Formats: sequence, C-alpha cells, structure tokens
Amino acid sequence: MIHGLTIYHFLTVSTLMFFIGVTGFIIRQNLITILLSVELILNSVVINFLVFNRFLYPDQLQGHFFSLFIIGIAAAEASIAIALIINIYRRIHNINADNVNEMKY
Amino acid sequence: MTDYSYTLLIPLIPFVVFVITGLFGMKWKPIVSGVMGTAGLAISFVLSLLAGYQYFFASAVESYPTIIPFNWLWLSLTDTLQIQMGVLLDPISVMMLVVVTTISLMVHIYSLGYMKGEKGFERFYAFLSLFTFSMLGLVLSTNIFEMFVFYELVGACSYLLIGFYYEKPSAIAAMKKAFIVTRFADLGFLIGILILSFYTNTFDFEKLTQPGSDIYHNIAGLSFMGISALSWAMGLVFAGAAGKSAMFPFHIWLPDAMEGPTPVSALIHAATMVVAGVFTVARLFPVYYFHTPDVLIFIGYVGGFTSLFAAVIAITQYDIKRILAYSTLSQIGYMMVGLGVSGYGGEAGLGYMAGMFHLFTHAMFKALLFLTAGAIIHAVHSNYMQDMGGLRKYLPITHITFLAAALAISGIPPFAGFFSKDEILAAAYHSNKLLFYTEYITAGITSFYIFRLYFGVFWGKNRKYEHKPHEAPLNMTIPLIFLALASTFVGFIPFHNLISPDLKPFATESEPVLITASVLIGLLGIAGAWVLYKKENDMPEKIANWLGGLYTTTYHKFYIDEIYMFITKKILFNLVARPIAWFDRHIVDGTMMGIGAMTVAVSDKIKRFQSGEMQQYAFVYVAGAILFVLTFLYYFAG
Repeated sequence: MIHGLTIYHFLTVSTLMFFIGVTGFIIRQNLITILLSVELILNSVVINFLVFNRFLYPDQLQGHFFSLFIIGIAAAEASIAIALIINIYRRIHNINADNVNEMKY
Repeated sequence: MTDYSYTLLIPLIPFVVFVITGLFGMKWKPIVSGVMGTAGLAISFVLSLLAGYQYFFASAVESYPTIIPFNWLWLSLTDTLQIQMGVLLDPISVMMLVVVTTISLMVHIYSLGYMKGEKGFERFYAFLSLFTFSMLGLVLSTNIFEMFVFYELVGACSYLLIGFYYEKPSAIAAMKKAFIVTRFADLGFLIGILILSFYTNTFDFEKLTQPGSDIYHNIAGLSFMGISALSWAMGLVFAGAAGKSAMFPFHIWLPDAMEGPTPVSALIHAATMVVAGVFTVARLFPVYYFHTPDVLIFIGYVGGFTSLFAAVIAITQYDIKRILAYSTLSQIGYMMVGLGVSGYGGEAGLGYMAGMFHLFTHAMFKALLFLTAGAIIHAVHSNYMQDMGGLRKYLPITHITFLAAALAISGIPPFAGFFSKDEILAAAYHSNKLLFYTEYITAGITSFYIFRLYFGVFWGKNRKYEHKPHEAPLNMTIPLIFLALASTFVGFIPFHNLISPDLKPFATESEPVLITASVLIGLLGIAGAWVLYKKENDMPEKIANWLGGLYTTTYHKFYIDEIYMFITKKILFNLVARPIAWFDRHIVDGTMMGIGAMTVAVSDKIKRFQSGEMQQYAFVYVAGAILFVLTFLYYFAG
C-alpha cells in the first residue's frame, strides 16, 4: 500500500487514461496512433481491475488474473492490428484512417 | 347365377393397350400400335357380345337383375361418404357395352385404312383406346361420382382427338371450344351431384334410383327461387348431360368438333360420347320420373326444340360433316324426347325403351354415315358438297352403304331407324301432342336433308375430278358393309323385351295409322330432295332467294355462335373481366408495388449511415454510451 494514495487517485488516473484513449481513437488520423489509443483504453481498464481488487477484495485474485488476460489479449490484438496496417500500407501507401472507408453501403 | 366378373376386362383391355401404345408406340412402326389397338378392342368386343348374350338371352327372367360384379372402394372419406369404382350391369349398360365396342371396333378397323401414313398414327390409336376405356367406364359406373370422373375423361379424349391435327388453327379453336363448353356444362353436373348427394348421403345409382326409397326425405320441401331443391339438382345434372349431348344451347361445340379426323367424328361425336347425356338421363330416369317430373318434361322440350332446330340448320349447310353433325344433334334430341315423354312400368315405359332403342340404331347408322363421309372425303379430298357429284359410279360400295344409312335415318322400313323413330313418335303421341308434332315435322326434314346430301354427292351434276376418285381400300369398306348390314337389320331386335325403366319386359302394339303417317312423311322428304337435287337445276337457289333473310339466318346457324361471342366478348369481357383486370393490375398490384417502392426509398435514405468511416462509428457509439449513462444518472442517481 502506498501511503497517502486512496482508491480515488488511482481511479482518476485510469479515467483520464480511458478518455484520452477514446478521444485519440476518434480524432487521430494515423492508424498506429489509433492503435496506441486502444492500448491506452485497455491499460486503463487493467488499472481499474487491479485497483478494485486491491482495495475492495484484498484477499482474492480474480482482478489480477483478468489483468493478465487483458495484457495477453492486447498483445495478440496489437499484432493483428499491425499486420492489417502493414497490408493497408502496401495497398494504398499510407495509413490514414480517412482513406480506409471502402467497407460501406 | 352367371359369373360376370369378366366384364371388368372389357374396359381394362383398352386401358392397358392405351398405356402400352402411349408409352412405347413412338418407338415401334406405327402399324404395330394400330394392330394392337384393334386386337385389344376385338377382345373387348367379343366379351361384350358374350355379356350381352348371357345377360339378355341365356336365361328367361321375369325382370332383369341389376348386377354389380365388382365394386372397389376407391375413396373412403368418412363413414357415409365413400366413393367406389365398380362395374354395374343392367339392361342399358349392357346395351351400351355392345354399342360402344361395336362402333369402336369398326372405327379401329376403318382407321387402319383412313389414317394410313398420317403423322401421329400411333398417337391416334392410343387416344382411341383411352377414349374407349373412358366410355366403357362411363356406362359401367356404379355411382354418379365415378360417372363424373369418366365424363371428364371422355371430355379430355374428345379434346385431344378434335385437336389431332394440332397444326391447324381451326382445329385448335374447335378443341378449345368443345372443352370449354362441355366443362362449363360439367360444372352444372358437379353442382347437381353435390346437392343430390349432400341430401341423400349416397352416390350409388342403385340407392338413388330405387323407386319409393326414403332417401329423398331430407331434401323434400326445400326450395330455391320457387323451384324445389331436388329439381335444381336434377336440372343441373341434366345441364351436364346436355353439355355432353350437345343439347341447345350447349350445341355449339359439336359442329366445330368436325375438325377432328372423320373416324373420330364417327366414334365420339356421333355414336358414343354424345349419347352419354342421354345415357345419364336414362340411368337416373326413376329419379326424374318419381321426384322431378317437371325437369323430365323440360328435358323433353329441350330435346324437341334441339331436334327441330338442328334439322333446319342441316338443310342449308354444305360441309358434309357439318350436315351430319347437325343431324346428330337432331337425332339426340329425338332420344331426349323419348325419355321426356316416358312413363314408368309396363307399356308406359315405351318412350324410355324407344329412346334407348333409337340410341342403339342411331349409333349404327350415324357411325356408318360418318364413315362413308370419310370414304367420300378420302376420295375427293374435300368436305364440301359443291366439289362432289355423280360419285355413285366411282364409289359403288360407299354409295350402297350410304343409301342404307340414309334410308335408316329417314325411317323407311325395314331399316333400323324406322322402328326406333316410330316408337318415339308413338310414345310422344300418347303423352304430349306438341312434342309429337315437333318430332313429326323433324322426321320429314330429316329425310329431306339426308337425301339432299345423298343426291348432291352421288347424283347431281357429273363433274370432272382432277384425280379420278377411287373406292376405299378393303379395311375401310368392310366396316362400312358390316354397319350397313347392322343398320338394315338391328331394327328387328325386340327391344321392348330387353329394356324398360322397371327392368321388366313388356309388350307393345303397333299402331298402323302412326306407322303409315311416319313412313309417309319420310317419303315426302325424300321426294322433295329428289325433285330438287337429283338433277342439277336452279330450283334450290330460287327457293333460297325467295326465302331471303330466313335462308341466310339458317345458313348462319341462327347466329347462335355470334350471340355467344357477343355475350362473352362484348359483355363478359368488357363489363366484367376488364374492370376486374383493371382492379387487379392497379389496386392489388399497386398496393404491393407501393410497399416495395417505399422500402427501397427509405433504405436509399438511411443507407448513408453506413459510411465506412470507422471513427465515425466509434464516435456515435461513444456519444450514445455517454448519453445513456447521463440519462441513467439523471433519473436514478439523483
């Protein structure tokens, strides 16, 4: 336990991270940056899991395990996303999200 | 008790032949089908003669039994509603067996020569077999529903055979006309059957025709539009019979049906199928007589009117087959009159017996007339009297046989038609004077038009033919000679010992005055034709001019066809069908099209939401989620 820090401090950080990630996901153009935003969102959720586990149910471990799962899945997702981005780059020679809008009506 | 189960074979053999020749006929030489059909029918013919002999002559009986050697449960719908397929033997069905198989066999033999080399020879024989099967099934029916099934089958065969030359537009039109008119009439028949069986709970002829049975108590007292329900039912059944028998006003299909090959005209449209209506009325005669005498006399009047009407038209026609077609109408009218004026039991049943007798003799001489007409057409390659004349030198056998048939239809003794026609006249004389005079005049007209045909074809002017007409081959003349002998001698069969409404033999006494009168009017008609047509002269033309409009009207068959066309085209199509078609096309279709168009328009508008911009989706999603959370907080957390 770090002295002087309460659950609210942690939650504030994770909430800020979450909304920064969401905002980045919506407004950034570069696909890599969007991927980073997604990672931010995921990490904010990981923090939430750990904090709630640590502060509310200190004698249990579910939060920790979920965190590990999320980290693993985030790694897999990042590798797939980057593979997609590379393929997109090969086709249209940029990775601007505005140019990737073929999948429509 | 004699075992009659072999009678089942009589209709089944032609059916088997039909299936075999219909399926494999095309693979074999055409003549194989012809020989097979003829051989099969010959067996049926022998069996029918055997049945006739055993039934009528083998044992002396007080009254002829009604025998059902075979009755197979076909449809078991409920406990009371059951439909059988079976074989019923009584005097009229046994007589019809003999008639149908005799004429059919003659036509089969004749067609071997007449149809030789025609395209579709095997198809022709397959259809002939199917028709023979259907007709035999019709006369052997044990119940009215089975009869209806065979009614439809013979109608279909008639349709197929009229349209045998399916490359000719007029044949197609004729086949459609025959089918539609008879179908329309059959609708009446079906409704009649339904009413009848709904109230009596049975289809069986045996129960329906049992005199004094109580199955009619359910229907007694019911009426519709002032006419009792049973009269409606029996009247509608007669409508079906009138359609098949081409009674006025359903007669329009029969003259057009002559588009078919001539042997078909002889078999179906002269001797067998067209008397199915007469047979139906005879089969249900006790019902008509005991329960609906009003309908019975109506039948008599329809028959009387048709016979006079058709005979008058026959005078003015030139197509020899059409003359014979109108003559058929006229003679069937005679049979209907016979039934219409008949009583029940003993000597009162004279009309019934005479009607059946006339059916029998008419089948012989009318089939003969048609077959000789076929031989004439075969020789001169034309249907029109104007192209003929002086043929007696070229076609001696045809000439003699035609003369025998013409004398028979004119009612000159000792030819067959004399006996039967005289008995119809006698029956009418004793019960209905109006019908008697109608038929009496018709008898004169009959002999006039048939001898007009005879003199016009075999005497008259000697014309030059491009090809010298030659007598028909042997397989065509043998049936002619056989039928000529039949037309001459079948009149001596003592029909009053064989057929009567109550199945008991009865005695008839001849009335010299009536006989003399009927022979005289026949001779008068012949004399008239002799004067006008024996040698070519301008008298007929003068008379036609003198009659003016009357002649033209008759020549155009009293414009009945035009009236039908007017009613269907102008009234039904314009006033009924067109508005309904408009409603269907604009209102019904319009609603459906409107719904479709609306869906397309809406989807066209909203499809833009799917822009393909991933970040836009994310924005909408997040905005929605935030909105949802805020709403939730506002209402529940406050």
